[in-house]
Amino acid sequence: MHQTFDAAIELNLLHANQDGADHNRAHFDQWGITCLNLMSSPGAGKTVLLEKTLAALQDKISMAVIEGDMTTELDADRLRQYNVPVIPINTGRSCHLDSKMVAGGIHTLQHQHHPEAIDLVLVENVGNLVCPAEFEVGEHAKVALLSVTEGEDKPLKYPVMFQEADCLLITKIDLVPYLDVDLERIINNVRQMNPKVEIFSVSAKTEQGLDLWFDWLLTKVQK
Amino acid sequence: MHETDMTKALIFTVKDWLSTQSEKQQIEKIHLVVGQFTCVEPASLKFAFEVQTRNTFLEGVELIIKDIPLIAFCHLCQHEYKPQIGLQYSCPDCNSPMEDIRSGRELKIDHIEYSTIEESAHDKLRALKD
Repeated sequence: MHQTFDAAIELNLLHANQDGADHNRAHFDQWGITCLNLMSSPGAGKTVLLEKTLAALQDKISMAVIEGDMTTELDADRLRQYNVPVIPINTGRSCHLDSKMVAGGIHTLQHQHHPEAIDLVLVENVGNLVCPAEFEVGEHAKVALLSVTEGEDKPLKYPVMFQEADCLLITKIDLVPYLDVDLERIINNVRQMNPKVEIFSVSAKTEQGLDLWFDWLLTKVQK
Repeated sequence: MHETDMTKALIFTVKDWLSTQSEKQQIEKIHLVVGQFTCVEPASLKFAFEVQTRNTFLEGVELIIKDIPLIAFCHLCQHEYKPQIGLQYSCPDCNSPMEDIRSGRELKIDHIEYSTIEESAHDKLRALKD
């Protein structure tokens, strides 16, 4: 007689990633570091936002960047000009950062820099609206970016990322006069699934709205 | 293609579970529960599983995925509703935002069906005698 058995597992598929993320966060907490995970589609303006942020806040707080890029170090090279530790993580063909990759970045931070002197670690995730939302890396808050050229319906189509975000930056607002885009509709579409999200409309090019983003960032710093 | 990573996580989790078992077991079916409000596409997951388990201890194991609908609770109207993914997430009656997700975020291995290897060897012996 062929007998089969049943074993209840009840285990989250991403539990290993989640354990890794909790471990990373414990390291950050031990050093008094706040970690933010920046996510968006490719080309929404994560790197230029980081450039502006590093330039504006480098006299106020000590920062480091963990930079996820699929194959190159182009973005990391751009950010190194600001004299902050920039740790590139080449994700290969993976479309998102996971907690294990970021753990590698933390290891580098620990051995080549002085993490106890750092206030803020900004993680630039791989440009992608889908996968990064499911893989926590050890961040204290999630920051999503959506550029006005992407259209109002993106939050409805890619809801998980926007539903999980603690802060949303609507970027490239200097382009609004040239587009048929309704900022209010973008905001309403996000708010209907995430009423608590902080929303800032910004342009890294003209620097419009960036002050509010900087203020929000400073409130998140633990030290 | 994050389903590849999900599948990797699935294989490792099952391997871990097997290593905690005292008897050798042949896994037959793996039952997953996947919510509709996740970034996982069941068809892609099935395909990734089939490809990634070739020539491994899980080759030929059936992956059964139970789809769980997105259900939210509106505190103003005091009732559950099914948001229309891609169209509308707020309450259809009062338009309050979706704040309390009751189901749809699941992404877990629910249970595993298996048979013990000793048992099946024993069965074969018995079948020979018969």
